[in-house]
Amino acid sequence: MTQAAPTVDVDPMGGEGQKPPRAQRFTLGSVVVRATVALLCLLWLVPTIGLLVSSFRSEEAVKEDGWWTVFASPLEFSQWTLDSYDSVIFDQGMGSAFLNSIVVTVPATIIPIMIAAFAAYAFTFMRFPGRDLLFILVVGLLVVPLQVAFVPLLRLFSQYELNGTFLAVWLAHAGFGMPLAIYILRNYMASLPHEIIESAAVDGASHFRTFWSLVVPMSVPALAAYAIFQFLWVWNDLLVALLFLGAGENEVVTINLRDLIGDLGQEWHLLTAGAFISMVLPLAVFFALQRYFVRGLTAGSVKG
Amino acid sequence: MATVRFEKAQRWYPGADTPAVPGIDLEIEDGEFMVLVGPSGCGKSTTLRMLAGLEEVNSGNVYIGDRDVTKLSPKDRDIAMVFQNYALYPHMTVADNMAFALKMAKVPSEERKVRVREAAGILGLTDYLDRKPKALSGGQRQRVAMGRAIVRQPQVFLMDEPLSNLDAKMRVATRTDIAKLQADLGITTVYVTHDQIEAMTMGDRVAVMNFGELQQVDTPLSLYDRPNNRFVAGFIGSPAMNFLEGEMTDGGLRIGDYDLPVPRDVLQKATDGVVVGVRPEHFEIASDNNGIPIEVTLVEELGADAYIYGTTDVQGTPGHLVVRGLARRDVAKGSTVYVSADAERIHVFDKATEKRLN
Ligand SMILES: Nc1ncnc2c1ncn2[C@@H]1O[C@H](COP(=O)(O)OP(=O)(O)OP(=O)(O)O)[C@@H](O)[C@H]1O
Ligand SMILES: [Mg+2]
Repeated sequence: MTQAAPTVDVDPMGGEGQKPPRAQRFTLGSVVVRATVALLCLLWLVPTIGLLVSSFRSEEAVKEDGWWTVFASPLEFSQWTLDSYDSVIFDQGMGSAFLNSIVVTVPATIIPIMIAAFAAYAFTFMRFPGRDLLFILVVGLLVVPLQVAFVPLLRLFSQYELNGTFLAVWLAHAGFGMPLAIYILRNYMASLPHEIIESAAVDGASHFRTFWSLVVPMSVPALAAYAIFQFLWVWNDLLVALLFLGAGENEVVTINLRDLIGDLGQEWHLLTAGAFISMVLPLAVFFALQRYFVRGLTAGSVKG
Repeated sequence: MATVRFEKAQRWYPGADTPAVPGIDLEIEDGEFMVLVGPSGCGKSTTLRMLAGLEEVNSGNVYIGDRDVTKLSPKDRDIAMVFQNYALYPHMTVADNMAFALKMAKVPSEERKVRVREAAGILGLTDYLDRKPKALSGGQRQRVAMGRAIVRQPQVFLMDEPLSNLDAKMRVATRTDIAKLQADLGITTVYVTHDQIEAMTMGDRVAVMNFGELQQVDTPLSLYDRPNNRFVAGFIGSPAMNFLEGEMTDGGLRIGDYDLPVPRDVLQKATDGVVVGVRPEHFEIASDNNGIPIEVTLVEELGADAYIYGTTDVQGTPGHLVVRGLARRDVAKGSTVYVSADAERIHVFDKATEKRLN
């Protein structure tokens, strides 16, 4: 920098003055970063593309040669087929499992967020005796493995004949997800400028109004981030679903996928289509919500 | 509109060794512009927040009008507050920001619009009503914060250093705007600042605080002319007052070789010596050598007059003195001048209690 300054000074037109920053953008460091990112993308994409390509090929073709051979003649449409999807969705029950997964995942994401947002608000903005102790307790629950709760939960649910119903998984997932949700949301809310909340109190807003009109809109990044985590976790979960829902008419995608492997060890070409179906929704959710990851929704509200 | 009264209101933060505000007694008249001023950490914000209901009052009472509001929550006090960092609602437009309190008060939507438009007109915000706060400049945000308060037409305005985030020029302009607005609206206002110039120019009365205690509550000129104690004397006025100590003699104070006449009855009230305060404009450059010799280190030539900063090693002087002299007299840096004080305009304080004696 110190050496660049004089060269800018001697140039009266200023035309050359724009060059140094531009050159700096391609320093060795940034090249390494870019190359690494590109490599990681490639590493992630190659198997995914392989999976996608394979899922559209016929059974014989998949078993004969590798998926990359299609690139020799990608425009030969006779080699593409939807047979695998047809078979997986309708014969193997992936279609209904997909719907079941949605029925499980959406409430299992929304319920804990709703409750945790209320709790986080109270932990952040309301004064009541024992508040900090209670919060420490909730945070402590983060390290309790969910396996220890299985037996009591199963017994409790069977008492109310809930085992195998959607309500059982919703409750289980909501409970297991709650400590992390409260922790993340409380920490986020604590970072909101507290003058805004005080200002609302002076303006005559009740806690309920403050929560809905101010805190929720300002907490969207944290809510979205947690929603993505919880959604992916529940969608990909096998353990909880297996225990509380099991196989059968209520089975979810992960259980269905496991059965595909179990039943059809030799028909693994179907797995390509199955895997791809189970990936589609998480990807869509991620891309839909990723813009909320961007911080700065409170920009402009307070100075400094 | 209403009066405001603090009666021995105390705030003791949990875990603190001493109360932030041990017990404040203050009466503010209907429609008055009261400024709370004092150094950082002296409890100005705490006092204001007790009035707002944002801090619990540990003992004592706070009244707005005839109502005891000590235990009321902020939303039931009918007050509007302007925060130092504005605290605008980031996801709402300027219009929605200003209408928020009215909406909470269930004012019908038609009237809300009219009142927001009116307030926006007063503050010159009409063109920005549809913008979000992040698309505004600092000065505009400050005006939105003001607008949010004035649409309410509350009993009391509370402002906690609302100008401290503006640049110097904006601060001076906005200072007069706020004072004028308050005079027009006639709403009782409590204004917190640490800037004594703001306090002097804006307040009907000024309350000077230090260490959580009120030092003096008076009109700006009375504070300047008759400070109650040494703290107020040193805090109010810029450049600050010079404090001189010396040997007490029969008819005055002897500072080095300079005799400063002080009435005998005043000196007799002192418990343990006196400190004499002299404002820079009450020093005169002595024509003969009868005065305190100072070596000039800096001359601030302001056109209308000049401030002469100097050092002196005479026993009992603070080492640095500021003297207002006539402009364009070419007092050379490094030269020595002799200054004498106007004996009629001196402030005499007790050295031990720091109370005013004359
Ligand atoms: N939440 C709090 N908990 C504990 N002590 C506090 C709290 N807020 C303020 N204090 C203390 O109370 C005293 C008064 O603080 P206050 O904020 O009223 O000062 P101030 O006069 O407004 O100062 P400034 O001009 O810097 O804003 C300070 O000593 C401060 O450290
Ligand atoms: Mg303060």
